Amino acid sequence: MNTLATPPKNFEVKPKLDAKGEELGELLEVSMGPHHPSTHGVFRMDVVLDGEKVVKLKPVFGYLHRNHEKIGENISYLANMPYTDRLDYFCSMTNNWAYALTIEKLAGLAVPERAEYIRVIMAELTRLQNHTCLIGFFVQDMGALGTPMMYAFREREKILDLFEEVSGARMMCNYMRFGGVRVDVNDEWIAKTKKVVADYSKFLDEFGTFLTENEIVLARTQFVGVLPKDLAINASITGPMLRAAGVNYDLRKVDKYGIYSRFDFQVPVGEHGDIYDRYMIRVLEMRESIKILEQALRDIPAGPVMDPKAKLRGFRPKAGEVYGRVEGPKGELGFYVISDGSPNAYRYRVRPPSFINLTILEDMCLGHNISDAVVILGSVDIVLGEVDR
Amino acid sequence: METLEQIQARLEAALPSAKIEIVANECAAGERSLLVDAASGFAVAKFLRDDAQLQLDYCSNVTGVDWPDKELSEKIKVKQVVDGVEKEVEEVKKTIRPGFLEAVYHLYSMSLKHGPVVLRMRTENRADKAHLPSLTPLWRGAEFQEREVYDLYGVIFDGHPDLRRILMWDEFTGFPMRRDYVAPDDFEYEPTPHDEVLVEAKKHYPVEPKAEVKS
Repeated sequence: MNTLATPPKNFEVKPKLDAKGEELGELLEVSMGPHHPSTHGVFRMDVVLDGEKVVKLKPVFGYLHRNHEKIGENISYLANMPYTDRLDYFCSMTNNWAYALTIEKLAGLAVPERAEYIRVIMAELTRLQNHTCLIGFFVQDMGALGTPMMYAFREREKILDLFEEVSGARMMCNYMRFGGVRVDVNDEWIAKTKKVVADYSKFLDEFGTFLTENEIVLARTQFVGVLPKDLAINASITGPMLRAAGVNYDLRKVDKYGIYSRFDFQVPVGEHGDIYDRYMIRVLEMRESIKILEQALRDIPAGPVMDPKAKLRGFRPKAGEVYGRVEGPKGELGFYVISDGSPNAYRYRVRPPSFINLTILEDMCLGHNISDAVVILGSVDIVLGEVDR
Repeated sequence: METLEQIQARLEAALPSAKIEIVANECAAGERSLLVDAASGFAVAKFLRDDAQLQLDYCSNVTGVDWPDKELSEKIKVKQVVDGVEKEVEEVKKTIRPGFLEAVYHLYSMSLKHGPVVLRMRTENRADKAHLPSLTPLWRGAEFQEREVYDLYGVIFDGHPDLRRILMWDEFTGFPMRRDYVAPDDFEYEPTPHDEVLVEAKKHYPVEPKAEVKS
């Protein structure tokens, strides 16, 4: 690999000319968003269209920017935990875990066995509900208004109820702590979770019957928005998008953080890198998550959920720097922290997966219709709370 | 994976002009990093990416760090003549370390599944010489992240194909993630013609009585 990366395309859009050199038709510039129902939040695409074909597309964001990193540098380590909930507000549990894992790496804290199991259970439940909702949303982008999304939200509700019962909040859970989790779960909760997990594969079967071989879904997604393998690696794409392009890279297998090495599960890998593969990867990942959940709920041991050495008040880790990452539902979620020995971080940085996954949005959309650009954006799986930070 | 010392030795053999240091890290995880001078940063990064043993094909995280001017104080012993007798006296010597901006890259290998190698580059100062080579031509994944570092820290990446603000709006001035940034009272303040009118109008207001000072 001695080449340079492919530069972003189309800085200048040249008018289309006929054989005599005269201009053919007119290019239309459309500002799609920020208040557009299919941009998944306040996100804008500056699109140049030739008829219905996309010839240029520039993502514009920052409407939700609140300088999360600056806030994180001005408050103590622990006080920042609830702010991480607001990054990707669908997956507050994995955000918490990534941040807690980074600070544990920085301060050298151990996590008790039971807490590790609880973290895995929470993370996989989060993955289930995130992927379910995403499929609901992006089927809606294709025109299936309402119904599939409502089915997805019905299932999500069951998982949110479980989160609420244990953490007190449905979306902003603020559940993990450095060296463990905030509250223990009881046997009743585990029994309930077992039931939700057991019912989930039935729901996936049902959902799959509607969608997986649906004629419209096949026509709209196959060979649309293809992302080649080399470009995916070079552009730092992570998560289901990367695996749909055919790269076997899952941090649960590569880094084996937490206790993921104990579970028996597989990493689904796609072949074509199109939207359909991205959809299928998410469905298959949910099946694997169910497998992990069944094992974790079966094996969870009794014991404490907090490291007794972990100090929540007056927490001052040694000076140094650390980068910690987990496999979030959207991709690699990383935190980079520099400590100078004071109670708050000198530098606090979030590596947001959906922000970086947007890098190649233009490359995937070029040459497709504007209606496909909407579906391609849906398949990237962005949450603006995380993109804009 | 090779140790950083081995990587450093091979880099120095391949690129004799590059100045490479290993930066220590004393926290529990202790990931050390390679500090490269800005002039040879691009060549070093290309070597790391294309080398057969390393194959760091995945640039995970790009970020900036601000290090403002810092006063370093160290105690030194000086010989002084006190009351006609020569004595050793401790004195505090203060030096100012000039500030700089830093870009940090976390590199991993997807094909060999190892990493990270942390690469850092420093600008000459924080004002007019805040230039670094862009690594976007090597890793497309750095495109938006370098734009973000430019937006929030003001590092200018030479060779970046599309260096614009990304999170703040285009008309914004200043770099909000710098340590010495002071937020304005009103972000949306725009001077309007009314300002001049108000100044003019003040002439016609009655003069405010000054508080009398009792002596």
